[in-house]
Amino acid sequence: MIRDITIGQYYPADSVIHRLDPRVKLMGALLYMVSLFLFQGLAGLLLITVFLAACIGLSKVPLSYMVRGLRAIVALLVFTSVFHLFLTPGEHVLFRFGIVSITMEGVANAVFMLFRLIYLIVGTSIMTLATTPNALTDGLEKALRPLEKIRVPVHAIAMMMSIALRFIPILIEEVDLIMKAQMARGADFENGSLIKRVKNMIPLLVPLFVSAFRRADDLAMAMEARCYVGGAGRTKMKPLRYAKRDYVAYLILAAYLAGVIALRAV
Amino acid sequence: MSIILDKVDYVYSADSAYEIRALNKISLTIEDGAFIGIIGHTGSGKSTLIQHLNGLLKATSGGIYFNGRDIYEPDYDLSRLRMQVGLVFQYPEHQLFATTVFDDVCFGPMNQGLDKNEAGLRAFEALKNVGMAEEVYYQSPFHLSGGQKRRVAIAGVLAMKPEVLILDEPTAGLDPKGRDEILDLIADMHQKLGITVILVSHSMEDVAKYVQRIIVMNDGSVLYDGTPKEVFSHYRELEAVSLAAPQVTYLMHELRAAGIVADDGATTVEEAKESILKAFGRKGSV
Repeated sequence: MIRDITIGQYYPADSVIHRLDPRVKLMGALLYMVSLFLFQGLAGLLLITVFLAACIGLSKVPLSYMVRGLRAIVALLVFTSVFHLFLTPGEHVLFRFGIVSITMEGVANAVFMLFRLIYLIVGTSIMTLATTPNALTDGLEKALRPLEKIRVPVHAIAMMMSIALRFIPILIEEVDLIMKAQMARGADFENGSLIKRVKNMIPLLVPLFVSAFRRADDLAMAMEARCYVGGAGRTKMKPLRYAKRDYVAYLILAAYLAGVIALRAV
Repeated sequence: MSIILDKVDYVYSADSAYEIRALNKISLTIEDGAFIGIIGHTGSGKSTLIQHLNGLLKATSGGIYFNGRDIYEPDYDLSRLRMQVGLVFQYPEHQLFATTVFDDVCFGPMNQGLDKNEAGLRAFEALKNVGMAEEVYYQSPFHLSGGQKRRVAIAGVLAMKPEVLILDEPTAGLDPKGRDEILDLIADMHQKLGITVILVSHSMEDVAKYVQRIIVMNDGSVLYDGTPKEVFSHYRELEAVSLAAPQVTYLMHELRAAGIVADDGATTVEEAKESILKAFGRKGSV
């Protein structure tokens, strides 16, 4: 149950997308999101669909992995499309019942919104599935480097992010273990009224917090023992360098965005 | 009254890139009142195996029978099973949560549906059994030493009066003195309470002294299953899977090879002393 969480989950494979520089993938995800909110009309949607399908195909990550992320937002999807369906004013009324009416524009809006949200989740999950969390924070650190000039602690932020990401699977494992240990003592996490269920979480949450603090303490100690003093003067063992494929990827991205914008005008 | 495992298979994250076959056709019978050691290297499947015994993990295929009943039957009461088969996890002190030692130990019995008095009696008895001094009963468990916290955690399981007590690496992270105390305590409980005890460890030295039967796990399968004497006679094969027999086994094999003792089957220092004394005694008399 708890193992179904897919945030920050990396799917190991050997593909072009996996090999791309993380900065390209970050930029790509950003431009992709922009394109999702820029596009208009069926032609734009079609272009985005083709682009997304190509990325999925190139990444060699099974589609089922990306769709898994959708499960968490099913409720959101239903809500937004229902709201758009019923609450969009328009001229071509298809159906009316009292104050409730469905318009042609409403149907179009609902469908486009549905596609937007689904594509958003699936598209961005390609980035996280095809990039190790470490590469991602490395890329972020390097991409945000210019902000250091205005005293943004970029290195510290990147370090905090990579530690946080690294600890997600550890904490999930810990939750799993503590749950099992308390279940072995007869704890019940699934039945009972809401108040009872919240109360039942105490034997899970107290040990979890205690252990999170203990781990944080240990990690800080271990870092200090290795003379970690922050980012000043630190070099990387594997510095990020753009390869030819990265420049090609940027070109494709630029062409893609231009295409989406051009199709708006049509 | 026994636990029977019939060709139990368990696969982690089936059908994904991370698929791991943790258990491979395990068939075992655990008799009532036995004192068993399960030994294996890290990742050999021993922790996975014991989580099947109280139904926390469900076998991918195969069956488990507790006291003659299939625990995978749809109407089987798994929460009752978990109280009959008490499982003490690795580093159990990490699961303490209540404000006092006493309340923490009461958690199990309260979940069994006992009233406050009954649960309190059980907790009192369990804490006594693990040798905790009364003055700490109403202190916070977080202020105790590592060894004491572990005792409290074991008492938390013991208070449910399980028929079978399983302990996963109960000595991990303890100093030699704490280790001996915990092991002596467990052996004592096996004797006094007459419960079945399963001790999981990666150290032969730990278990050789106490248990009647050793199950050696390797790569999700049972490699050897027998008395300590039988199992340690395979000491060369044990080394091949990164396990070692107790040091005294090596000594006795050397002594026998040198023609000094006749019997090399000693598994504890006590037994070794006996057979060495016997050998020299006989020589002396000649």
